[in-house]
Amino acid sequence: MSENTTNPSHAISRRQVMVGAAAVGTALAGGRFMIGRANAAGPVKVGVLLPRSGHLALIGQACQRGADLSLPILREMGYAVELINADTESSPDVGRTQAEKLIREGAHVLMGCFDSATTAAVAQVAEQKGVPFIINIGADPKITEQGYKFVFRNFPTSRMLGMGGLSLFKDLFAATGITPKTAVLMHINDSFGNSMLQGIQALAPKLDLPFQFVETIAYDPKAKDLSIEVAKAKASKADLVVPVTRLNDAILLVREMVKQQYSPMGIIAPGSPGMYEKQFTKSLGKYADFCIANNPWFDPKQELTKTLKAAFLKAHPEESFELNIGFTFEAVMIAADAAKRAGSTDAQPLTEALRTTNIAKRVMIGGPIQFGADGQNMNLKSASVQNQDGEQRVILPLDVAEAKPVFPMPDFKARS
Amino acid sequence: MSFELILNIVAAGLLTGLVYGLMALGLSAIFGVMRVVNFAHGDMMVVAMYGAYVISTGAGLTPVQALPFVALVMFVFGFLLQRFLINRFLQATEHVQFLLLLGVAMILTNGSLMLFGPDARNIQLDASFESYSFGPLLLDKVRVMAAGLAGLSAASLWAFFRYTTTGKAIRACADNQLGAQVVGLNINRLYAITFGVGTACVGAAGSLLLMLVDVHPHLSTDFTLLGFIIVILGGLGSLGGALLGGVVVGLSEALSGILLAPSLKSMFSFGLLILVLLVRPQGLLGKRA
Repeated sequence: MSENTTNPSHAISRRQVMVGAAAVGTALAGGRFMIGRANAAGPVKVGVLLPRSGHLALIGQACQRGADLSLPILREMGYAVELINADTESSPDVGRTQAEKLIREGAHVLMGCFDSATTAAVAQVAEQKGVPFIINIGADPKITEQGYKFVFRNFPTSRMLGMGGLSLFKDLFAATGITPKTAVLMHINDSFGNSMLQGIQALAPKLDLPFQFVETIAYDPKAKDLSIEVAKAKASKADLVVPVTRLNDAILLVREMVKQQYSPMGIIAPGSPGMYEKQFTKSLGKYADFCIANNPWFDPKQELTKTLKAAFLKAHPEESFELNIGFTFEAVMIAADAAKRAGSTDAQPLTEALRTTNIAKRVMIGGPIQFGADGQNMNLKSASVQNQDGEQRVILPLDVAEAKPVFPMPDFKARS
Repeated sequence: MSFELILNIVAAGLLTGLVYGLMALGLSAIFGVMRVVNFAHGDMMVVAMYGAYVISTGAGLTPVQALPFVALVMFVFGFLLQRFLINRFLQATEHVQFLLLLGVAMILTNGSLMLFGPDARNIQLDASFESYSFGPLLLDKVRVMAAGLAGLSAASLWAFFRYTTTGKAIRACADNQLGAQVVGLNINRLYAITFGVGTACVGAAGSLLLMLVDVHPHLSTDFTLLGFIIVILGGLGSLGGALLGGVVVGLSEALSGILLAPSLKSMFSFGLLILVLLVRPQGLLGKRA
């Protein structure tokens, strides 16, 4: 038997050492925590949750560029902000775990997550832990219909996207004096494509669109060939092709239209990705021109847009400057602005400050960034963006337009 | 529905079917001789597509020009894989072979993911946007090229098995392994050549497919599944059956897309598979076991 056990009054047992160490550790950790929390002038730590790997990696990485570029620009603007990055791996479960980890690592506010499923999962975590969460991109309306107190979204809901996208059709016809009579709706057969289809079917009669959908063609999200789909669309002799796509199928679709010599008056996406992306113009060259996408977009006339665009093109000359970058930049800016006004990085004052956000000098098209009682920014507008000479140019609304719309589009065969 | 539409759809289905057939040839050849079901088939196809992509972008060649190089590299890969790995498992039970090739498949897919990332990559050719026009009939140039070369590759493979000494020896092994050993054929070498020829076919198909499909690592599962549907339809082990199966699947997809709905295309292929399994389990051109 050892001396320590025989003379317990003077010995320090292993358990006591452990308890002491734990106490000291807790005190140190707590102290650091307290210092962190009390340091109102310190930078706000934004936990960035993006799908940087997995099937959404391409877009997640684009969003990350927007977040990274925000740091020097916001510093110039007098904001103090730090990023703690995490990869959701395009999975809601990983997103949830990463959100909890970021909170443990001291994130004062969470930001993300691009896809609605992961965003909904992270919103639950934010609400449980009482940490504010700013959604950069994520369109499912339900997320801001749950009565959450800590969730703020600076992105249109799918209903807003559909309404904004479809109402621009009439503006285009009014601006050009050309009105097509028939259209074919081609949509990807997944949850996004079907929700857009339902939205379009519900909104089209209300908006009194001047054309009729003569054919609706759904196709497999994994389609490697759209020849049958395009043949069917061509046979409908529709004046207009209205596609709801993602990137790869948008490329397949237009390539097949060129091959089958199907040149309608226009190809106008009512609110889906694909046609405004650099890969689209890179893959299709001159055939990508004159395609129109009605989406939320940059306000080319805002000074902040010019600053962000210049910084982006300098850092990533090969990449596409598109809406994912703008919305992610704005999300970080919203967090930094709230922390500055709150004078604190504590959750409660930060949330209060977010609720009273009012940022007029912004990047995306729309009114000032303001959140309703449900946390949704209603001051967001869609724009018509047309590919012209390989560049994406805003053609509508007229007050922010940087180019005139070309409609009907020139025949594919006539493009030199 | 207009005649013009049906004509164009049937032509597109036929051309796509021939490329599908070439895709499945390697799978059928390997099974026909060695009785090994290559579950890494789709993954090898993706590797071949990346090979064609690297050669095309690196050396400024078209995928058609890159085809012989890719086929050669894939032959060597298949030869070595059989000689040093699969050969050890030839006498093993089927589920062990299945697990082995599934392991190979996972290594290939994740290796592609590590090397090339998740993004889709493609090769732009002038012909990518062009078609041949015969009155109302429009034929996609790239698909015509791919289908023609698919037919040529299948004919070469058939001639190899039919007329060359090595081909005849391989067929002898397939017919009677013991008899082949008795007359002094080197079974191990012949099996390795067969596996090499099968993967070379995959290499050729991958190069051609790169002109039609953008490549990304997760494409492999679709290819493996499609390959199995085609060879089971046509008859496992039958080269003609693989081509016929490809054409049947291509045509049925095209017609179901136009007569029913395009999103039902895949469902129709599986429906056909079930029908063939019920009515003629050995496949259209397969021999009854």
